[in-house]
Amino acid sequence: MTTSTTSLLQIAVNGAALATAAETLADLVVEQGFGGTKVATAVNGEFVAERLRASTKLMSADRIEILSVRQGG
Amino acid sequence: MNQNEPFKALSKAAAPSALSLYGVTVSSRLLLGTALYPSPQVMTEAIRAARAGIVTVSLRREQARGRTGARFLDLIRALPVHLLPNTAGCRTAKEAITTAEMARELLETDWIKLEVIANDDTLQPDLFGLVEAATELNKRGFKVFPYTTEDLSAAERLVAAGCRVLMPWGSPIGTGRGLANPQALKTLRAYFPDLPLVVDAGIGAPSHAAAAMEMGYDAILLNTAVAKAHDPVRMAAAFADAIEAGRTAFEAGLIEPSDRASPSTPVVGTPFFDFEPPKPGGHRA
Repeated sequence: MTTSTTSLLQIAVNGAALATAAETLADLVVEQGFGGTKVATAVNGEFVAERLRASTKLMSADRIEILSVRQGG
Repeated sequence: MNQNEPFKALSKAAAPSALSLYGVTVSSRLLLGTALYPSPQVMTEAIRAARAGIVTVSLRREQARGRTGARFLDLIRALPVHLLPNTAGCRTAKEAITTAEMARELLETDWIKLEVIANDDTLQPDLFGLVEAATELNKRGFKVFPYTTEDLSAAERLVAAGCRVLMPWGSPIGTGRGLANPQALKTLRAYFPDLPLVVDAGIGAPSHAAAAMEMGYDAILLNTAVAKAHDPVRMAAAFADAIEAGRTAFEAGLIEPSDRASPSTPVVGTPFFDFEPPKPGGHRA
């Protein structure tokens, strides 16, 4: 049996390293507290649309960006 | 007629024509950035004072479990403006394309202010990356507003890539130096007489903006000069007035400068007050 500790994936979210139990990008967004929030996501520099987050499996060393709208010029 | 405002109707008639960008008509020719204001309250008041129809926004990392982006989005969505997301900070075409896709999903707009930056010192557009990104984004159905230089060959390639608006810089972002190369901006205007051209970046004073509008530029995009003013709300109003005046002047037809003076007052009928009849002996008193 695999323990939850060994199943944690080492990834980076918005530039910070973290270990996650999430298996998909959709799970990660919820786990990180962005469920119900307007955010856009990218994995390893590629845009991942909201409707594809549930079918996007996370891999070790993935670099995830979770962005929102901010002030800009 | 109100005796206190006897010329109001005339002044209204002088208002400049509306601007159309990718089929969207806006009455204001001032596009305003939303960054660097002392508070969200001042920002919203400045946007109102600027009478802006389009404001720019960016995409940034959302803080863990934060709602910063959501709060800002609610604030900006409550204003009667079109949102133009940017790709500020992107150094490659690939980064800019990914950012544009994320912006399209977040804001449900296919408008994108495309920035691909060459270096941190000048924030000069990387024209090669810009053309590459613009080509791909146009294929993907975006309406691209490229932040470019006054370079004519880059402009031609951006238009060939499908861009129907160009946004040449006045001078580098945040410098407030105004129109660094006015002759090249005039050439660009003359070369693309029917393409909407927006001067974006480097504008420091309302007179800079008015000068660009008098050249026939269609609009001005600025941020720092308003946001960092001592009173951003009043400065926004000053820019709005200057841009409107510059456009109206362009539409009214400016005179050609001349090296030679010519009197504006009629010469015929000029009185000669100094004239005294010659005295006997021949000399004037």
